[in-house]
Amino acid sequence: MQDVIIIGAGVIGSFVARSLSTYKLNTLVLEKETDVCDVTSMANSAIVHSGYDPKPGTKKAFFNVRGNKMMEEVCKDLDVEFEKCGTLTVAIHDEQLPLLDELLVRAKENGVEAVLLTKEEVIKREPNINPNVKAALLCPTGGIVNPFTLTAHAMENAIDNGVKIHLSEEVISITPKDDYFIVKTNKSEYETKVVVNAAGLASDKIARMVENVDWNINPRKGQYFVFSPFDKWKKNEEKFVRSVLFPLPSEKGKGILVSRTTSSNYIAGPSSEPVNDMTDLSTDASTLRKVKEGALSLVPNMPFGNSIRVFSGNRATPSTHDFIIEPSKTYPNFINVAGIESPGLASSPAIGEYVTNELVVPLLNAKKNEGYKKTIKKYIKPQTLSVEEQNEIIKKNPDYGQIVCNCELVSLGEIKDALNRSLPCLTNKALKKRTRAGFGPCQGGFCQPEVLRLLSERLGIAPTDVLYDKEGSQIILNKVKEDK
Amino acid sequence: MLTKDLVIIGGGSAGLAAAIGAYDNGVRDILVIEKGPFLGGILNQCIHNGFGLTEFKEELTGPEFASRFIKQAEERGIECLLNSVVTNVTCDKVVTFVNKGGTTKIKAKAIVMAAGCYERSPGAISLPGDRPSGVINAGQAQLYLNEHGLMCGKRVFILGSGDIGLIMARRLTLEGAKVLGVAELCAWSNGLNRNMVQCLDDYNIPLYLSHTVTNVIGKSRLEKIVISKVDENNVPIEGTEKEFEVDTLILSVGLIPNNILMVKAGAEIARNNGCLVNDKLETSIPGIYSCGNVLHVHDLVDNVVEEAREAGKNAAKYILGNNEINLSSINTKAGEGIGYVVPARIVIGDDEKDATLKFRVRKPSKDVYILFEQNGKVLKKMFKPAIIPSEMEITKLSKELLVKGDELVIRMVKKEAK
Amino acid sequence: MEERDLICIVCPRGCHLHVDKDLNVTGNFCPRGAVYGKQEVTNPTRVVTSTVRIEGANLAMCPVKTKDPIPKGKIFEVMSSINSVKIVAPVHIGDVIIKDVAGTGVDVVSTRDMEKI
Repeated sequence: MQDVIIIGAGVIGSFVARSLSTYKLNTLVLEKETDVCDVTSMANSAIVHSGYDPKPGTKKAFFNVRGNKMMEEVCKDLDVEFEKCGTLTVAIHDEQLPLLDELLVRAKENGVEAVLLTKEEVIKREPNINPNVKAALLCPTGGIVNPFTLTAHAMENAIDNGVKIHLSEEVISITPKDDYFIVKTNKSEYETKVVVNAAGLASDKIARMVENVDWNINPRKGQYFVFSPFDKWKKNEEKFVRSVLFPLPSEKGKGILVSRTTSSNYIAGPSSEPVNDMTDLSTDASTLRKVKEGALSLVPNMPFGNSIRVFSGNRATPSTHDFIIEPSKTYPNFINVAGIESPGLASSPAIGEYVTNELVVPLLNAKKNEGYKKTIKKYIKPQTLSVEEQNEIIKKNPDYGQIVCNCELVSLGEIKDALNRSLPCLTNKALKKRTRAGFGPCQGGFCQPEVLRLLSERLGIAPTDVLYDKEGSQIILNKVKEDK
Repeated sequence: MLTKDLVIIGGGSAGLAAAIGAYDNGVRDILVIEKGPFLGGILNQCIHNGFGLTEFKEELTGPEFASRFIKQAEERGIECLLNSVVTNVTCDKVVTFVNKGGTTKIKAKAIVMAAGCYERSPGAISLPGDRPSGVINAGQAQLYLNEHGLMCGKRVFILGSGDIGLIMARRLTLEGAKVLGVAELCAWSNGLNRNMVQCLDDYNIPLYLSHTVTNVIGKSRLEKIVISKVDENNVPIEGTEKEFEVDTLILSVGLIPNNILMVKAGAEIARNNGCLVNDKLETSIPGIYSCGNVLHVHDLVDNVVEEAREAGKNAAKYILGNNEINLSSINTKAGEGIGYVVPARIVIGDDEKDATLKFRVRKPSKDVYILFEQNGKVLKKMFKPAIIPSEMEITKLSKELLVKGDELVIRMVKKEAK
Repeated sequence: MEERDLICIVCPRGCHLHVDKDLNVTGNFCPRGAVYGKQEVTNPTRVVTSTVRIEGANLAMCPVKTKDPIPKGKIFEVMSSINSVKIVAPVHIGDVIIKDVAGTGVDVVSTRDMEKI
């Protein structure tokens, strides 16, 4: 019998797992994809919202503000790239100015630091912004985070503290018993005292396996452009865009933002369109054209010639318009953590903590895990070190001196490390998310064959069995000249 | 800090030829830094023939061509470091590189940038639809196949008629794949004529001109693509869709100079991402030269080695102090009908008699004149019965004709008009 | 013999050739074009380049080519011979890998130096 089964290893499932691992609990995470952070957590704006935007009194407001406050320490403990670059919500037209005042009031109510900048102040801070800018709301506590390592390292930390994870295992039914559940998957069957439903886009489907809930997840697609890190080496103050730039929200939604990422790429997006099929992650030319227009209205010189990738992600938008973080009405030991759209990334540590302390632990009378360690073993990133430090670690392990990914300067040592951590790293995409190998302008054109070889070697599988990402996403279909 | 007279970044055809050019002009203290495990660069995976007709007057395969340059470098005792990646170049010519021995900084008197290019990715052209595995760049598919013996797919469609795409159509067919077609956005092919014949016609592979891929379908591995005809503005025409059930889509949609080190060093950068150079192939940073595909993408390696030897020679002059200083230069400009011109500047009053100009036209044309004009005055006029973008034009212009101050404009006009 | 318009594949220049009934070639820039034009309408030939499996080298494949052009109709027969071969490092450029491949009288030779590791 498990104490807890968490369904879903996105950023929410991972932070719930991490918080639960502070207690002596027998926790299992079931993830239908081949890796953690593989659906909504992977494809979003990668922003740590300050919390100025959600309506006061909502769960979104509460968890966003609390999560934002926790983020700095969490990222330090988990060795995650995080930068409090600030967010600017920008008014381009005079008629938008009252809205900016409203947002300032809302920020104050939510207890979020915010200040109105004049046109001159905005342009001084962001010289590349649309010169027609009228004013902007600066939230200095907003920032950017690496969502891949945030999720993966939270899960790694959970695993190091005793949590188990099964990848590629999809829940197909849940049968409530007196005070436990039988969870059936495509591979096995488990009994568990508590279920935490953190299944993201599928969380309504999972919730309905035990009761008829009155809310839905209505997936909304967001399409983005990714730009090469064309000014990676410049100081933050000299970057093409320093802060996260938001347009003012309208009835149509939050609008197209322009932001830097923690890896010094830039992104522009997202669009916002409803999709029937939650697995539909296609992009299309006409939507991307609108994204481009939106980005250009914020930053007229946005260098679209430096775009290296387009992607899309589906948000788990709830019909209730607020996060759903509560036990099921029928079963207090079935906990829904659903509808976590934006500002979900910022909220994730706070949600994990709340679900654990307020919802799960009281049910199980759990004891503190005395051996809990809140930090993970630091990842070695030679290119971030001084020449002396580089030489020291390369001397100890020459693999750190052999570059595999030339664009992102990822060494063989870093790839081997990622393949040997406690959190399984089983696919090309997983390795990309852990190390950034293949994320650069050539998009793995040069390094993928070597990465594939290393995966095949480490996993003990044929090159024709190495997956890009999902089941069935083999990169290589056959070897040439095989003996018949 | 270690010092070297000349550091060459890249040990492919350009880097080796530059080293040889510098050596033959008197420089001995040369270091070639190559990122891969072999010298010769991309030529090693280009196992098809057709290389060397100008350089060696015979038809060689890529690895054979590379081996001749490797031997020439060996004969001269030129020092080459393998598996070593340059991570930084500064404007005062300090090169940082890393390998299994550690991280090293070298102060060079001159640098030749010869780092080649990379392929434009599916994302860079905003390829519409899903993003499954099985969508792969032509050069990457070539590397898998020719060095590792791994086939990217069995039923293949190719987007882009660049030479690598055409070569891969034939290679994959020979190795047992079915290539269903090649789509090209332009109304003309972007590959060499001979490759159209011996890679597509020989194997009855259809070429769809004025077509592009308008949908990619497949959640994990590619299942299907849709191509559509495009109008003169390259906009897909509704109702012209054709579906192909394929497991692989190969992209051959352009190469981009791998020039990030020079961007970072603060050099002036051209629209193609290469450096702006003068006719000595010197970048805007004195003593740093650029040649081969990191400068502009060539269609023939024979032209690469020619250009690179020249860069090596000029770097040698700079190192040995035989370089005239404080000379003025004029700018060149790609006028009507011309895609780009290298060099961006021509130095006036040095001891070179001619400036070598390289350019490409924007679209295939017949019976045209190429005019070289300064301030409206025609300095040189070339008649071309036929000219195509996929073939780089190389011509020499006598520097005596040039006057200080005015821009040199190269443009194309129809024969009747002049 | 029928008249034909061809694109010369001897070099990257790609001349547009015309071969008349009496095998006279026009449109060629160099003499090799004339030879190619005649050959292409009477007995078209191609150089085949591919790879063979190699053991003991630091790569899985060794590139090879037919030393001379072989009849176009024999390309796939030549490929099946090439596919069946496995060699062992070291191998050097020009080493004969298959003698008289598919009865064409032409050898398949290595096009890369690959040392034993």
